[in-house]
Amino acid sequence: MPDQKQLDVTLETQVESVNLAEEMCLRVAEAAGFDEDDCYRIGMSVREGVINAFHYGNQERPEKKIYLIVDLTSDKLVIHVLDEGKGFKLEDVPNPLTEENLLSTSGRGIFLMRSFMDEFDVVSGRTGGAEIIMSKKLPGQEDHTSNGKGDQSSAPHQA
Amino acid sequence: MDLSGRITLGEGSALLRSTIRELLEEKRFKILVNLADINYIDSSGIGELVSAYTTVKNRGGELKLLHLTKKVHDLLQITKLYTVFDVHSDETGALRSFHIASV
Repeated sequence: MPDQKQLDVTLETQVESVNLAEEMCLRVAEAAGFDEDDCYRIGMSVREGVINAFHYGNQERPEKKIYLIVDLTSDKLVIHVLDEGKGFKLEDVPNPLTEENLLSTSGRGIFLMRSFMDEFDVVSGRTGGAEIIMSKKLPGQEDHTSNGKGDQSSAPHQA
Repeated sequence: MDLSGRITLGEGSALLRSTIRELLEEKRFKILVNLADINYIDSSGIGELVSAYTTVKNRGGELKLLHLTKKVHDLLQITKLYTVFDVHSDETGALRSFHIASV
């Protein structure tokens, strides 16, 4: 198993950063041996994390930065996305699956990240804003007792 | 309308929005969106599809989806939108459903 490796990137608050972050993380995920489906899930989660930082965290203000940190440990890929916004609490995020939110045109990013990654959390970041932390076990490291975590049952405010 | 590529934050979502707006301006209120060549949609793209659906519906029209790829199908399933959209796998049947609905 390789030693821990880290990718640390500062991104501009602009739409292009979303694709850039996705592409960088996809390369790491592919190199780490994730299959096509998991790479898709990881790439999508990184997209959603950076979209969240770009739009909700930094309010699309170009003077603010987005920080992407990718840790490849011996057993999992851990992704951190930090913004310079005001931060938020997971319990304040509406559940997009409830009837009143089903036709909302936004608010599914957190849900998708939680669905696609093994672990997901939001904490106060060192940048003053939110820090999204999400991880996926490396291929061959799956803990079958935790199957089911990360699907719809982990949605916030599950009805 | 046939779409291809990705419906994501930025160009894809904006293009979908402007195309729907143009169709409505042309008084075309029955819209079948062929997603056969769309293999990637993010939350922004999902939001844009929902927006298109409600915009068309609010104008008295109908928006239906045709030929979902597996990834798009799965995405609509987990977001519970599969039951909201009228999804078809057969174009003739989809077009017929517009006719039946208008009779």
